[in-house]
Amino acid sequence: MKYLFTLLFYGLTINFVYAIPVDRYQFDDPQAQAEFYQLLKELRCLVCQNQDLSDSNASLAEDLRQEVYALIQQGYSKAEVLRYVTDRYGDFILFKPPLQVSTYALWFTPFALLLLATGLLLYRIKRRTILLDN
Amino acid sequence: MNKLLYRAIPFIIFFAMALLLWRGLNSDPTVLPSALINKPVPVFKVPRLDDSQAYFSHEDLSGEISLVNVWASWCLPCRDEHATLMSIARTTRIPIYGLNYKDNWQDARDWLNRYGDPYVSSGFDEDGRIAIDWGFYGVPETFLIDQAGIVRYKHAGILTPQIWRAQFLPLINEMTTA
Repeated sequence: MKYLFTLLFYGLTINFVYAIPVDRYQFDDPQAQAEFYQLLKELRCLVCQNQDLSDSNASLAEDLRQEVYALIQQGYSKAEVLRYVTDRYGDFILFKPPLQVSTYALWFTPFALLLLATGLLLYRIKRRTILLDN
Repeated sequence: MNKLLYRAIPFIIFFAMALLLWRGLNSDPTVLPSALINKPVPVFKVPRLDDSQAYFSHEDLSGEISLVNVWASWCLPCRDEHATLMSIARTTRIPIYGLNYKDNWQDARDWLNRYGDPYVSSGFDEDGRIAIDWGFYGVPETFLIDQAGIVRYKHAGILTPQIWRAQFLPLINEMTTA
């Protein structure tokens, strides 16, 4: 029973589904195809801003999918496509904010806070241990 | 005294974070600042709505301060800002160029005939390709362009007289007195 439940749970939660029919965009090169789908997952739909380009039904998302497809077909590399869209839309279109000086705080604060909190905790424990020993 | 300060630290951290988050609550995360600010206008060329043999291109946008307004006949908010645009067209000498986005030719012309045409001319961007180069993500949007053809400001959403006064005019004054 437990096994069945676990199976059901994973079956329902783990999925790698793309909302667009896979045949819609034709590729000769499987590498290009892989890059295309990776890009769709990494780019934000600017209308429904919590969705990526592979999920969103917005008209702008459709246009951008078409655009990315055209660029890939023209031979743009993944980095070049990302550059192309950020030139027009800024960094916000990327789901992963780039690692640069202005975003260091964004990337490192969680770890820094965790380190700080852990350090403080250990310090308190150590002090308490010393007190108890006395 | 030291002990008091030590105990106050959590509160200090709390207030600092509360302040930061409060500021975050007050800012609209859906508004995208334009990636084109202080860069030249994108290179483009589209047929004109009023004369399909003529073109509206990036070359029209240098030499004087101008506005580019992205609009469509199917866009309801565009009607809201229309009065403001008409007023700008009447009271200033700043040319307003329209970029008609994903529209039907006849519908667009009918719309202008019906509500009035504040535009020097409107470009017809039927598939929305040109708008992507402008970093456009929702009608209406208005861009302020200076004499050198550099994009100086973008407003996403309905252009109101308040926004015109508060955001556009200061920049325009700066451009004309420099």
